[in-house]
Amino acid sequence: MKFPLSWLKDYLDTDASLDELLGFMLKAGLEVEEVINPAEDLKAFTVCKVKAAEPHPDADKLRVCTVDTVDGEKQIVCGAPNARAGMTAIYAPLGAYIPGLDFSLDKKPRKIRGVESQGMMCSTKELNAGEDHDGIADLDDAIKLGTPAAEALGLDDPVIDFEVTPNRPDWLGVKGIARDLAAAGAGTFIDDPVRKVAGSYDCPITIELDDPEACPVFAGALIRGVENGPSPEWLQARLKAVGITPKSLLVDVTNYISIDRARPLHAYDAAKLAGAIRARLGKDSEHCDALDGKTYQVNSEMCVIADDSGVIGLGGVMGGESTAVSDTTTDVFIESAWFDPLRTARTGRTTGIISDARYRFERGVDPASCVEGVHLALRLITEYGGGAASKVSVAGEAPRRTEPVEFFKRDVARLTGLEIKPAAMKKTLKALGFNIEDTGETWLLKVPSWRFDVEQSADIVEEIARLEGYDALPTTSLPNPGGKRLVATQIQDRVRTARRALAARGFLETVTWSFMPKAFAEQFGGGADVLTVSNPVASELNQMRPSILGNLAMAAQRGVDHGERELRLFEAGPIYLGDGPKDQRSVIAALVRPHQPRHWSGVGGYDVYAAKADLFAVLDAIGQPPARFQVDAPKQPHWHPGQAASLKLGPKVTIAHFGALHPRVLKTLKVDGPLYGFELNLNAVPQMKAKPNKTKPVLEKADLTPIRRDFAFVVDEDTAAGDIVKAAHGADKALVSAVDVFDVYQGQGIEPGSKSIAIEVTLQPRGESLKDADIEAISEKIVAAVAKSTGGVLRG
Amino acid sequence: MSEIETIETEALRAIDGAGDLQALDAVRVAELGKKGRVSGLMKTLGQMSPEQRQDMGPKLNALKNRVADAVEARKAVLEDAALEAQLATEKLDLTLPPRPEPVGALHPVMQVFEEIAAIFGDMGFTVAEGPDIEDDWHNFTALNFPEGHPARETHDTFFMETPEGGDPKVLRTHTSPVQIRTMMTEKPPIRIIAPGRVYRNDWDATHTPMFHQVEGLVIEKDIHMGHLKGCLIDFVKAFFEVDEVEARFRPHFFPFTEPSAEMDVKYTKKGETIEIGAGDRWMEILGSGMVHPNVLRNCGINPDEYQGFAFGMGVDRLAMLKYGMPDLRPYFEADAVWTRHYGFRPWLMPSISGGLS
Repeated sequence: MKFPLSWLKDYLDTDASLDELLGFMLKAGLEVEEVINPAEDLKAFTVCKVKAAEPHPDADKLRVCTVDTVDGEKQIVCGAPNARAGMTAIYAPLGAYIPGLDFSLDKKPRKIRGVESQGMMCSTKELNAGEDHDGIADLDDAIKLGTPAAEALGLDDPVIDFEVTPNRPDWLGVKGIARDLAAAGAGTFIDDPVRKVAGSYDCPITIELDDPEACPVFAGALIRGVENGPSPEWLQARLKAVGITPKSLLVDVTNYISIDRARPLHAYDAAKLAGAIRARLGKDSEHCDALDGKTYQVNSEMCVIADDSGVIGLGGVMGGESTAVSDTTTDVFIESAWFDPLRTARTGRTTGIISDARYRFERGVDPASCVEGVHLALRLITEYGGGAASKVSVAGEAPRRTEPVEFFKRDVARLTGLEIKPAAMKKTLKALGFNIEDTGETWLLKVPSWRFDVEQSADIVEEIARLEGYDALPTTSLPNPGGKRLVATQIQDRVRTARRALAARGFLETVTWSFMPKAFAEQFGGGADVLTVSNPVASELNQMRPSILGNLAMAAQRGVDHGERELRLFEAGPIYLGDGPKDQRSVIAALVRPHQPRHWSGVGGYDVYAAKADLFAVLDAIGQPPARFQVDAPKQPHWHPGQAASLKLGPKVTIAHFGALHPRVLKTLKVDGPLYGFELNLNAVPQMKAKPNKTKPVLEKADLTPIRRDFAFVVDEDTAAGDIVKAAHGADKALVSAVDVFDVYQGQGIEPGSKSIAIEVTLQPRGESLKDADIEAISEKIVAAVAKSTGGVLRG
Repeated sequence: MSEIETIETEALRAIDGAGDLQALDAVRVAELGKKGRVSGLMKTLGQMSPEQRQDMGPKLNALKNRVADAVEARKAVLEDAALEAQLATEKLDLTLPPRPEPVGALHPVMQVFEEIAAIFGDMGFTVAEGPDIEDDWHNFTALNFPEGHPARETHDTFFMETPEGGDPKVLRTHTSPVQIRTMMTEKPPIRIIAPGRVYRNDWDATHTPMFHQVEGLVIEKDIHMGHLKGCLIDFVKAFFEVDEVEARFRPHFFPFTEPSAEMDVKYTKKGETIEIGAGDRWMEILGSGMVHPNVLRNCGINPDEYQGFAFGMGVDRLAMLKYGMPDLRPYFEADAVWTRHYGFRPWLMPSISGGLS
């Protein structure tokens, strides 16, 4: 909402400077976005008097002027054809920035064709203050020397633009702004009630209201014999200042009143009206040819204005083309009605029409302003366009709020910590237009008709606190709650640890969209319609992701395209398995786009087993020994069927997948492979039970040296090494403390279809040392266990 | 010259003359070995008379010790020389690069989440969470956004496809629904912060369709707006790691708070660097207010008994202000160069005692 300062002063008697007024706006909650102050740009310029203007000795078109200025007498060389002795002009001192030319004068006098010039005289165009360019500004001689140029040009009226919050539609009128600023202490509110226009005849146009919920009140009046010429200059200037192009008296007056008092009106060419005017609900078969030149489909939800010809306007949103006023209009009917905010908002959304009327009606227009609005329009139109006004006709009744709001005085201190005397509270509330019935601790407040945001005591507290000023609030640190601090949940703690484990292992953390393209999501087992965004910001961001890996894969490709070689990326974030509140998972995904390093010592590259190591490192970091999980076939479609696996806890719970991404997925995503990684579902990882204390378990350290023995088994080539390890472990759970695979061999000496797997078994004796016979016995048990489980035989 | 002296002279000369350990060992065997000369003389002791033995014993023992010491001494010299010779062949070019190890980094916005949690954790807040896909009730209605009210439209909401007969779902436009979820399940006193992703249908130089917020909620019996002010000023000081912050609170409108306030802080701009706390300009950093009684009632909390405040702030912007990232957009591009530059090393764990950054 924009308004010029001079307009505000119609309703606010104040000595406050512009800066002080901006301070009051801030204090009251009117958030200023911009102050357009032409005077700021014109500060350097003042009015001067030209004493003499002689021809330049060396140039026909130049004159050498002697000028009286605020800086004393100056010699100024001027090229303007209209420069003459006795002229009142605008003086720019040396060094001044000329806004219309976008350059600054030299700080020292400059010679122009050999004659020194000590300043400049400006045209209004050079000051960005007009279009005339016949020469320099030629001002009224009555204007005194030294008068600021802004004042001399009538540009000393700053325009303030501020944000109107949705709760305060009364700020959409200059008068409403003035009322709040007066209550904030900026000056005295000038109520200036509209003087009624006594009509000379009854309004001949009948107003009928078919739906009192949609349009409960409609005031109107006719003016006969109007001349719809241009509106007066002062009115045009005000409209221009707020960004509205003046059109004609009738249109300008309705726009003016909309800004002045937040009271939208509509003017109809009475000659084009057919029969009674009627506010009713629309019919699905109807349409409206609106003032913006477009035709809108009407529906039964909309409140329309109709006459015998059909729909002639969308109530509170936009008038119709067929009954619009024009230059030739002589009889005008003024509508001042009240339309239900929610219905107006729905009509606005359905039609997509954005208008000043809609903006005001959907936020709430003062229902008590209907009649006043018509009178103001009648006054302005008859004053500037002549004609004879009818009496004002009112159909229906303005909705009125009768229930008072109960205000508890103590709530001010209770909710804000401010101690404010009741008298001061009363003063503020009265200034805002509240009517107070003081019943002791509780006041019964009658809410002014222009306020829609006041329902209960807390709302009154806000009025009192904001107008007292939030600077007055105490500053009180929160009392320390003491006791134990359980700041984060276990999953949050695990995210924190896992992120650090991965970053320490060379991964870069990313935060990618929660979205991905639907077609890609389908590759990752997602793509359900309930997870599709119906109004995506871009078509590639239209599906909630079922996995983070796709986004990481695309990011890796972008990185490689920009010259990265190996990229290790991870993200800790949400994935979405459904649209319910419990369908979101907190996962950690890591993805590596490998690049065989070239190093003089010849080191190996990143592969599936490196991904497994990274996953296990994360599990270890979050207190989950990797050995407790089982490796199984992948359960998700986006993994390479032979080079990826799931990690399970028992038969039902899958906590992670790791390995190589499926080549088909890479193809769909247009990403080069191979890509290795993992995705760990933190919600599936067992939660650790909170222990009553922080003591660690007693250390059990074996005194005896462990014994290590190697075994090599020949097994079928499809046998999983993990099964051999598991069998060896199981041979004697007390004694076997570790089993490590250190060699896998196929080739000479091993029959085709078989392989040799070598393991090192660590035996940890406890209490008694092992004798040769004991070791022999356990070795046999291991060989037997492996044979039973996998059919493996000890390699000879 | 006695035989002893002769042997000693010869032995010591041979020891000195031994050029390597092998030669030295040959000398040792020739003199001190079982069949060596010194050993041979020692054996003669057994055949001597007690008087002779008393005379020769110390002399022969002294000879044996001197020869043995000389062997040891020479051995040390030769071993040293041998080691030097070996080392001379073991030279490595240590200007060669070490084995490559990738260097990781943490994303600034995630780091800032942890910084914020550390500060509020110290004030007794715990971290709460809620889903990104919300229903209309939690995201709007329960937060006192009337249905059809223009305040809803300012949120640029993303809507999910709704199946026939299903509840319409939205992507949460703010973290405020976590207030509702918390108050519906927990009894006061409540002090929570809720960090998370939020979504609005807006994408330009200063907006991304997904961004991060932290919500705060305090519900107790005696919490008033002065606490809100104190708590948030304490937070801003701790977060920007400055001793003093000049802050102001302005009235504003949020449907779910009454009274509502926006917080501005003073700052200075020096070149591209922004210093928060003092200066000549104001910057808005968050929205806040006393929890609206309608919101408390919607969650089954009696507003005559409990009251408190709530606040919400944009984490991405706070991170930009503190760490000087000039642009919001690279946050979500997983750009390796950007992350290496603006990211954090893994060992930096924000804490109140150890410093946030």
